Amino acid sequence: MATMQKFNNLTSRIIPLLHNNVDTDQIIPARFLKVTDKAGLADGLFTDWRYNPDGTPKADFVMNRPEYQDAKIILAGDNFGCGSSREHAPWALTGWGVQAVISTSFADIFKNNALKNGLLPVVVDQQWHDNLVDLSEESALAEVRIDLEEQRVYLPDDSYFEFPVDAFAKKCLLAGVDQLGYLLSFDEKISAFEARRDGL
Amino acid sequence: MSTPKTLLDKVWDAHLVAQEPDSPAVLYIDLHLIHEVTSPQAFSGLRGRGLKLRRTERTLATMDHSTPTTPLSLPMLDAQGSAQLNQLQKNCEEFGIQLYELGSENNGIVHVIGPELGFVQPGMTIVCGDSHTATHGAFGSLAFGIGTSEVEHVFATQCLLQHKPRSYQVRVEGKLGVGVSAKDIILALIAKIGIGGGTGHVFEYSGSAISALTMEERMTVCNMSIEGGARAGMIAPDETTFEYLSGREFAPQGAAWEQALASWKQLPSDAGAAYDKSVTLQADELEPMITYGTNPGMGIKISERVPDPGKIANSAERQTLEKSLAYMDIRPGEPLLGHPVDVVFVGSCTNSRISDLRQAAGILRDRKVAQNVRMLVVPGSQKIKKMAEQEGLDKIFIEAGAEWREAGCSMCIAMNGDQLEPGQYAVSTTNRNFEGRQGKGGRTFLASPLTAAASAVNGVISDVRQMM
Repeated sequence: MATMQKFNNLTSRIIPLLHNNVDTDQIIPARFLKVTDKAGLADGLFTDWRYNPDGTPKADFVMNRPEYQDAKIILAGDNFGCGSSREHAPWALTGWGVQAVISTSFADIFKNNALKNGLLPVVVDQQWHDNLVDLSEESALAEVRIDLEEQRVYLPDDSYFEFPVDAFAKKCLLAGVDQLGYLLSFDEKISAFEARRDGL
Repeated sequence: MSTPKTLLDKVWDAHLVAQEPDSPAVLYIDLHLIHEVTSPQAFSGLRGRGLKLRRTERTLATMDHSTPTTPLSLPMLDAQGSAQLNQLQKNCEEFGIQLYELGSENNGIVHVIGPELGFVQPGMTIVCGDSHTATHGAFGSLAFGIGTSEVEHVFATQCLLQHKPRSYQVRVEGKLGVGVSAKDIILALIAKIGIGGGTGHVFEYSGSAISALTMEERMTVCNMSIEGGARAGMIAPDETTFEYLSGREFAPQGAAWEQALASWKQLPSDAGAAYDKSVTLQADELEPMITYGTNPGMGIKISERVPDPGKIANSAERQTLEKSLAYMDIRPGEPLLGHPVDVVFVGSCTNSRISDLRQAAGILRDRKVAQNVRMLVVPGSQKIKKMAEQEGLDKIFIEAGAEWREAGCSMCIAMNGDQLEPGQYAVSTTNRNFEGRQGKGGRTFLASPLTAAASAVNGVISDVRQMM
């Protein structure tokens, strides 16, 4: 069975990227999609927000701040990952080092793609989202801990909230196995379906 | 009596291969469309595992995203794009997939050629590594975009792991006014429910205004379901659907047609079927729509004024709108009518079919594109291009001063060199006005082909109804 990035418990600072509706064209613009592999996409991550036209980093873009260079969690606004189905978006995020995104909601295709790449989408209600925003405003150094097994996110004061995650995707993330192996195990049933319906 | 089923229920149930407890369903996929951008890594995955493609005859490939729209006799200048096209060619040869490559008479945008050739049929499950796969729901199929990992899953197993989406009934009742089109219906819906409004759901469009639409118009509506957050949008098949399909190259023929027709007629939602959500639009109240911001939900009637962030209480929503208006360099409270335009683009999987081109040509006939405006017309497929040329539409466009190009995705995604310059404003018949979508720093107003053509003539955003 093939592997994917295993999701272990994660403790990290949280990068506040609070605009609503961050679309996958922002996460990675289409001009970076002319590749035939997954390598190097982190260079294109949020590139038009990260860099000036002359290629120098924009000092006011949150992911350029020195205190977030090792951060692994993005705290996002509502409906993160909307738009195009490009899996290059989670590839670019994980390539940069992001392992979880916390938001009040995610676009469907992005969420599916993220879960297949060891990138955890954490859905949080508005109250806890506000709490996390407050936390990040109090100190950029504040860390949260994500426990996938428990499906909880712990704040520094040990308060926590629970988050939903698809049971099957959770199993795959914890074990670090990809979903195709499971799907391949249905070979006989797929053949039976094809025989029944199409006479194959 | 059994529980009344929706169209979605019926298509879903007919494709269910397995459903284990605490696991997603194994859903059979009838048609897998692929293109050069989101497939290479999936082929690499297959090779890495030593897997074959399970059903080559259910897979269809085209080149569209990074193909040039300059004359086909010219060499392709973009080495990286060219390498991606060559890779698709090699992959299709190695795995035995039908490819309509650049130069083929069947080549074109993936969501245009699938229906055009008759591959797309009612009741099918259809996927593609492209979010505008929703287009094909116009035929009463369940069609949605997938990521590249899932492309590999379908290659290897002809199945996907899926949770059943919820259902969202979208009724559009009444009659569209003159100058108001399918594009305006979908832009109005997204403006009403927001771009996340349909998340987790599949739209089912119905009502008298939807029934009255042609197949091409229905495709325009379903195409942008994803812009309302829904992965798929469906319309029950009816006589309009059957008439469109009849005689298409890859549609069933003879006895097989009769058999298919009988099963397609069972697909419409049963009377009394329940939906998880529901919304109704009145077609008579619609006007031509246009977007002012940086997501497709930021749309207004063309006669309205740009909303004021100062009047929004929710701080995240306010900041999102402020950021959008700053990017667009548009002031709150101003009308968009009369706003200068640099580029007009007619094309994309949303609006590049023959009826779209006829509408745009109808406005441009005996008129000129304003001197300061660059207008590109990009047909959705080679077949459409040929048809348009037989009708003389190309001459109308060229005489008006527009560029008549080869088929492809072109400036909708700006991967092929067709793109806006930083700061330019475009009225575009495409589906996304995200920052930089049509070229870094470019600014997009989404609208119908009619509104686009009218704005090209006047050089400013215009109400087409005053020109009809």
